[in-house]
Amino acid sequence: MNEQQINDIRNDFPILSEKIYNKDLIYFDNGATTQKPRSVVEKIEQGYYHTNANIHRGVHFLSQKATEAHEEARSIVANFLGTDKKEEIIFTRGTTEAINLIAFSYGEAYCSEGDEIVVSVMEHHSNIVPWQMLCERKKMTLRVIPANEAGELDMTAYQNMLNERTKLVSVMHVSNVLGTINPVADIIKLAHAQNTPVLIDGAQAVPHIAVNVKELDADFYVFSGHKIYAPTGIGVLYGKENWLNAIPPYQGGGEMISTVSFKKTTYNELPFKFEAGTPDYIGSTALAEALKYVLNIGIDKIADYEHQLMMYATEELNKIQGMRIIGNAQNKSSVISFLVNDIHPYDIGMLLDKLGIAVRTGHHCAQPLIDSLGIPGTIRVSFAFYNTKAEIDVFVTALKKVVTMLS
Amino acid sequence: MTINEIQDNIIEEFSQFDDWMDKYALLIDLGNSLEPLDEKHKTPQNIITGCQSRVWLNAEMNDGIITYQGESDAILVKGIVSLLIQVLSGHTADEIINTELYFIDKIGLKEHLSPTRSNGLVSMLKQMKMYALAYKAKIN
Repeated sequence: MNEQQINDIRNDFPILSEKIYNKDLIYFDNGATTQKPRSVVEKIEQGYYHTNANIHRGVHFLSQKATEAHEEARSIVANFLGTDKKEEIIFTRGTTEAINLIAFSYGEAYCSEGDEIVVSVMEHHSNIVPWQMLCERKKMTLRVIPANEAGELDMTAYQNMLNERTKLVSVMHVSNVLGTINPVADIIKLAHAQNTPVLIDGAQAVPHIAVNVKELDADFYVFSGHKIYAPTGIGVLYGKENWLNAIPPYQGGGEMISTVSFKKTTYNELPFKFEAGTPDYIGSTALAEALKYVLNIGIDKIADYEHQLMMYATEELNKIQGMRIIGNAQNKSSVISFLVNDIHPYDIGMLLDKLGIAVRTGHHCAQPLIDSLGIPGTIRVSFAFYNTKAEIDVFVTALKKVVTMLS
Repeated sequence: MTINEIQDNIIEEFSQFDDWMDKYALLIDLGNSLEPLDEKHKTPQNIITGCQSRVWLNAEMNDGIITYQGESDAILVKGIVSLLIQVLSGHTADEIINTELYFIDKIGLKEHLSPTRSNGLVSMLKQMKMYALAYKAKIN
């Protein structure tokens, strides 16, 4: 992408012109949430101003229109993930809810005492805790794939871990702390050789790299809207049709039923079986709008540009004395975690904030990973396609100043 | 000096600086000069865990006077710990309980004591008052 294109993109994101303490905002916290382009915010406004009515089963015009928009959004998401079956797309509140859904519904149907679930050491808490809760409920064991010093998963250990008691493997596609792009296709292949299904947490992947669930052969793939320029509160669970049919509903309520009587209730078909209650039908259309925005630029172009940013920032950061980059995997995307000498991440983050630079510090909801590295946390910069090399220069200069103050 | 006199002194000290960088430099100095907490007090009971940084707090009472010692792994947090100790240490339980801390706000470091910062400072302040309440209960 050239400078003009980046400038055009930046103009689509009003928040990027905000001043923070009278300084130009530099937003390097995209791993936590991304900013929203005008078209997405306008879509929300349009929805509430012009097509707002509760969806499905409404006889009136607006309800029809809103329903169509919600279902069209589902098709766009399906297309984005590479499936032609839109009923394989379930709208959730986000990645967390999607994982909890599978941990509950799959766990109820297929797991029993003594079984095992496999996660990796670098998982976000949202891909640890739901499985721990399942393991506690069913007296099962959680197995953890270790990583090497560079921040890459130990595939041999993983392979040795798989056995007939392994009921599900759940790993992240891209690490929110280390930036590692995990070899999920291989992970899935190995699990499938044992007839074990795999859930991929794609929260940090879909905004940055091309994802095709059919090519990956993922059984479940989940992500959050807000990390891909869409609003908060909307997310996606992709599941293979046969799995989604095989597992019981997660929540009961309206919309997810076929017939209800006090004797016996039957459940609706996919995808409605998993969408109890009024879904976020405005959020879903805004998510579709965000995906259109991304597709319009082109995910490969985005991946390429963000990779350049990451490589440039890595190079510049490495010139700072005492710099220690946490996570040096061969395959990395959009995230750099680091420490400088023994300076606490909080101190660096607080002072960078004063200079208008938004970074994240701490354990990034991956406490087991941070503990395994024996560090107090990291400072994390995470990029989006609206960031620039010029911003990286300002950030690196600011960081040097901050490090001097704290040394 | 009364607690409020100490607070006013700190406000005056910080008011010399207009620039946030100088204020933070002073805070860093304060953090660096805080007497390290004796290792024997760095116990699990004394640790106050925030999401971002860890704070240790120890309190003792002699002749009705409460003294605090504390430390943190983050230097800015340590600076604030140093200020809180400067203000509250060396007073009676009643004085500590009845104090309204206004200096943090006045010196422009309020953001560090915001509950959403999760740096352990809010819990530390609460804990300091809890110690005072506990010691007061002990006296009575």
